[in-house]
Amino acid sequence: MMQEARQSSSRDSLLRVENLVVEYAVGGKTIHAVSDVSLQVARGETLGLVGESGCGKSTLGRAVLQLRRPVSGRVLFDGQDLTAMQGDSLRRIRRRVQLIFQDPIASLNPRRRIGDIIAEPLVISGVKDPKKRQELVCEVLSAVGLDPGLVIERLPHEFSGGQCQRICIARALVLNPEFVICDEPVSALDVSIRAQILNLLEDMKARFGLTLLFIAHDLAVVKAVSDRVAVMYLGRLCEVGPSEQLFAKPAHHYTALLIEAIPVPDPDVRPAETVAVGEPPSPIAPPSGCRFRTRCPRADQRCIDEVPELRPVAPDQFAACHHPLIATA
Amino acid sequence: MSDPVLLSVEGVAVDLPTPRGNLRAVDQVDLRIGAGRTLGVVGESGCGKTMLSRAILQLLPRKARLSGRVMFDGQDLVRLEPEQLRKLRGRSIAVVFQDPMTSLNPVLTIGTQLIETLQEHLELGALAAKKRSAELLAAVGIPAPEQRLMQYPHQLSGGMRQRVAIAIALSCEPKLLIADEPTTALDVTVQAQILDLLAREQRRRHMAMILITHDLGVVAGRTDEVAVMYAGRVVERAPTPELFKRMRMPYTEALLAAIPKIDAAPHTPLPAISGRPPDPTRPIQGCSFSPRCRYAASRCFREKPLLADADRLDHQYACFHPIQVAAGICA
Repeated sequence: MMQEARQSSSRDSLLRVENLVVEYAVGGKTIHAVSDVSLQVARGETLGLVGESGCGKSTLGRAVLQLRRPVSGRVLFDGQDLTAMQGDSLRRIRRRVQLIFQDPIASLNPRRRIGDIIAEPLVISGVKDPKKRQELVCEVLSAVGLDPGLVIERLPHEFSGGQCQRICIARALVLNPEFVICDEPVSALDVSIRAQILNLLEDMKARFGLTLLFIAHDLAVVKAVSDRVAVMYLGRLCEVGPSEQLFAKPAHHYTALLIEAIPVPDPDVRPAETVAVGEPPSPIAPPSGCRFRTRCPRADQRCIDEVPELRPVAPDQFAACHHPLIATA
Repeated sequence: MSDPVLLSVEGVAVDLPTPRGNLRAVDQVDLRIGAGRTLGVVGESGCGKTMLSRAILQLLPRKARLSGRVMFDGQDLVRLEPEQLRKLRGRSIAVVFQDPMTSLNPVLTIGTQLIETLQEHLELGALAAKKRSAELLAAVGIPAPEQRLMQYPHQLSGGMRQRVAIAIALSCEPKLLIADEPTTALDVTVQAQILDLLAREQRRRHMAMILITHDLGVVAGRTDEVAVMYAGRVVERAPTPELFKRMRMPYTEALLAAIPKIDAAPHTPLPAISGRPPDPTRPIQGCSFSPRCRYAASRCFREKPLLADADRLDHQYACFHPIQVAAGICA
C-alpha cells in the first residue's frame, strides 16, 4: 500500500515545485527566502508546510502562484510550467488555484458589500449574467455555513474574525478551484473559532474535491489537517513525510525541536527546559552547509562544509540531515 | 496557599462607554494571589483578561469606570494618588506586554530605557545603573550585553526584544509581574525559551506572577493556579493540576477539547465550540456561555450562576450543570 501511495503521488501530482529559488533585494542585500526547494502535492492531498516566521513558507506559497516571480526553478501545475507563463494564460490558470490569507479582516475590502466581494472573482472570470453570479454566491455562502440572505448586503466590519474567514473561504471557492493555498488561515483566530474553521476547511476539501497546501507555524494545527507535512527552516526544506510518521519519528533535529517546543495542555507533562537554543539566523547571510547547524546539538564539521540533500530515511519520509535521528540503511 | 496574600482583587468591575452602549469588560471578578505564586488567567480575546490586568495596574482608558477594590500589599490601589501609583508601577508591580516592538520606545536605545527605569525607581547613579543594566541583560540570556545597550529595538529580533522587555520589568525586583500574552507574538521555539526564562526568574526572585494567555497549553506546566475567564467573568478557578484533572465548567472542557492535539490522528474532526462569545454590549440574562453550551438547560438561560465552591478545596466554578468528575475528559 505504501508502494502504491508513492507511485500515485508521483504519477498524479497536481503541483510540482522543482528547485525553486526566490530572493528579495533589500537595501543592496539579498534575502535568500527560498533556496532550492522541491516538493509535490498529489491530487486530493493536503500538504502541510510548517516553519517559524521568516523561514520562507509564505514566500513559497506566493511563488507557486507567481505573485512573486522565482529567480530560478519551475512550478508545474497540472503539467504546465507557471514560471514560463504570463498575462492571460497565467490569469486563466490562477482561477484553478486560490489563496486564503492569515488576517481575514484585512483581506476583505472594508467598503464593499460581502455579496460583491464574493462575486468579484466571477466578474473577472467572465460570468456576465448577474442572476447566475448571485446564484453562485448564495450557493457558496451556504456551503461555508453563512446565511446568504443575512450576509450579502452587509459590510466586513459587521462580522467577527471567524465569520470573515468563512467569507474569505467562500470567495476562494466561488470559482470552483482545484487547488487552494491556505496561508496561516487560523493563526489570527481564537481557539474556539479555530476548530470551527479547521473543520470547515476539511468539509470543503471533501465537498469540492480540493487539493490543499496548508501553511502554518503551529504543528498541531498542521497535523490535524495534513496527509503529509513538509518542514522548512531558513529557506530550505528539512524534512518531508506522512504526518503521523513524521510526528512519531522525526528524522531531522529541527523537526524534533519544533515538536518538543509545543506547549502541552497537561500539567503532568513538565515542559522540557532549554530544548530550544537560540533563534534562527538572518536569511541575508544564512549559515554555510546545513542552515540549522548553528542551533543543532549534533552539528559537526561536515554540517559546516556540506549542504545536506533530502534523502530517504523511511518509506515516503525524506530528511536533509547528515546525522538523522532515524538510522538510514 | 500558605504564602501571605500579595494581591487581592475584590469585586472588580470595569465598564466602558461605547457608541453602542455600555460595555461591561470585567464583571465582578474576585482573585487572590500569594507572594511568590503564579496565577494563569486564560480566556479568548474579548473575555476581559487584559482589562483585568489594566484594572490591577490602574491603567484603564480614561472613560472607563472601575468599581471594587484592588488590594496590593495592604493598600487599595483604586484609592491611591497618581503620584503614589507612579512610584508603585515598575517598582513593585511590573508588566510585560504581548508586543515588545510597541512596548519599547523605538527612538531610544535599549540602554537608555533600562537605565531610565533604574535611575527613576532605585535612584542609582549613572555608572551603577549602566553596570546593573548589563547584568540584567545577561540574566535574561542576551549575549554581548554591553553592545546591546547601545542598540535600538529595531536592531533586535522579536525574541530578543521580549527579553529586553522582561529585563526592564525585572530591573526593580518587583513583587508582582503581570505577563500579558508575553509569547503570543513569538515563534514556538522562542516561546518555549521565553516561558522558561519567566519561570526561572519568577522562582529565583520569589516573585508573584500573573500569566495571561489564551493558550491552556501555556499555563498547564507553568502555574500554580488557573482562572478561566469568559465574557468578563471568572467561570472556573482551581489549582492547576486540579483544574486539568477535574474540570467542572463546560467552557473549560470545550476550550481544552478544541485545541488540536499533537498525538491525534490527522483528519480527526475537532470538537469545535459552536457560535461565538456574546457581544459584551448586549448582556445575556442567564449564564453567558449558555448559548454555546451543550449541557445548557432552561435554568441556564434564565439565571446567572455564581462562582461557587466545589466539593474540593480551592476549586470554584460558575455552572448549574457541572461536568461530573467521572465523565470529565482527560487531555
